[in-house]
Amino acid sequence: MRGVKGLLWPVFLVARKDLLVEFRSREVVIGSAVFAVTLVVIFNFALNITPETVDILAPGVLWAAFSFAGVLAMSRAFVTEKDQGSLEGLLLTPVSRDSIYFGKMLALFIFMTAVEAALLPVFAVLFDFSAFSPTLVGAVLLATLGFAAVGTLFSAVAVNTRSREIMLPILFFPVVSPVIIGAVEATTGAIGAGVSAAGPGRWLQLMAVFDAVFLVLCPWLFSLIMEE
Amino acid sequence: MAAAGLLMLANTYLIFMWAPTEATLGHVQRILYIHVPMAWLAFFAFFVVFVGSVMYLWKRQRRWDALASSAAELGVLFTTLVLITGPIWAKPVWGVWWTWDARLTTTLVLWLIYVGYLMLRSYGVNRSQGALYSAVLGIVGFVDVPIVYFAVDWWRTQHQRLVIGGATLEGNLHPDMRTTLFFSLASFTLLFLVLLWQRVSMKRTETELEALEGSQELMGGRSV
Repeated sequence: MRGVKGLLWPVFLVARKDLLVEFRSREVVIGSAVFAVTLVVIFNFALNITPETVDILAPGVLWAAFSFAGVLAMSRAFVTEKDQGSLEGLLLTPVSRDSIYFGKMLALFIFMTAVEAALLPVFAVLFDFSAFSPTLVGAVLLATLGFAAVGTLFSAVAVNTRSREIMLPILFFPVVSPVIIGAVEATTGAIGAGVSAAGPGRWLQLMAVFDAVFLVLCPWLFSLIMEE
Repeated sequence: MAAAGLLMLANTYLIFMWAPTEATLGHVQRILYIHVPMAWLAFFAFFVVFVGSVMYLWKRQRRWDALASSAAELGVLFTTLVLITGPIWAKPVWGVWWTWDARLTTTLVLWLIYVGYLMLRSYGVNRSQGALYSAVLGIVGFVDVPIVYFAVDWWRTQHQRLVIGGATLEGNLHPDMRTTLFFSLASFTLLFLVLLWQRVSMKRTETELEALEGSQELMGGRSV
């Protein structure tokens, strides 16, 4: 009885702390949502999206906007902890490093999913596709989980370097490139452009494998670097 | 070291004088003897980074970090050379400098990951933190490579397996060409090991020097 609850309760508490802080300022969710919309406007100028090309271009634009907005959100994950000195406090609490990792990751996952859930209907209107396909929802959840898993670790790493704003995207994007490919291909299959040869199921599997690997690897590495 | 130098000289002779000229591709095919060994060494170097990173996180001894970071430097160097020699070869053979196929894209992503590794080291707040963080990236990067490869391979593949693929290599290559390629592989590998050894021992000397400077300052002497 103590086991499962003892493991999950600290995770929930750490996530709840981040959600409370965010609920009071709302700067991460609103900031990255507005940034994502800005990106879509810029892509519209850059790619000259017309009704003929929208099916081919929309998935790429969608995921470029989601991933850039996601990096913006994860760059804040440890900045406040570091600048306010609360990271030391967090590390001194009698919870395991794994709980801190999963708590931070859960909060980041919720922020990013909230932004994406708010933006999907907007994109659906702008690009004229249905936002309520199960494949699309699955792609969003799996990709966001992968982003959050890697992003929490790299955010903790980058926050301790000089020029942390530069280091996070440089470290993050190459590593999550399989997720971006998978998400774009699955979305292409979901919104019916049909150019994906393999079908969306295969891409969802790829993202699931990525998530599984990094949800094991990242907490372990996180607990190692948080020792001192 | 002298042996590596001699081997590299002999290697140059084999590549440019001794190996027969390819019938359809001409002299440009000789870049194979440089491109393939460098690609192999780049991947080998990143494997060494992985091993060094795991050992550093486990043992926390500085020499494992020295091994991992030296191998990362060489890996980035060889990947850069692969990314330069590749397009030189691709332009006359494929007609384009670059194509987004699995092998090329994975190599480029790999290069980006380990450039990030070197940047992370130089932007770290202090030495031990840089070592710790770069070890994390050394492990994440290596685990990521097969996933990147599968993803890009499903996404798009048009690479000419004829030229690089292992199975067809045996059948299509003239015996003299194969000899040259294997000689080149061996001599580049020796060169790599020599460079790696040089870099690791240089870092060891740096560490010793720092320790000496530190103890001198403690004793109130002048620092060098």
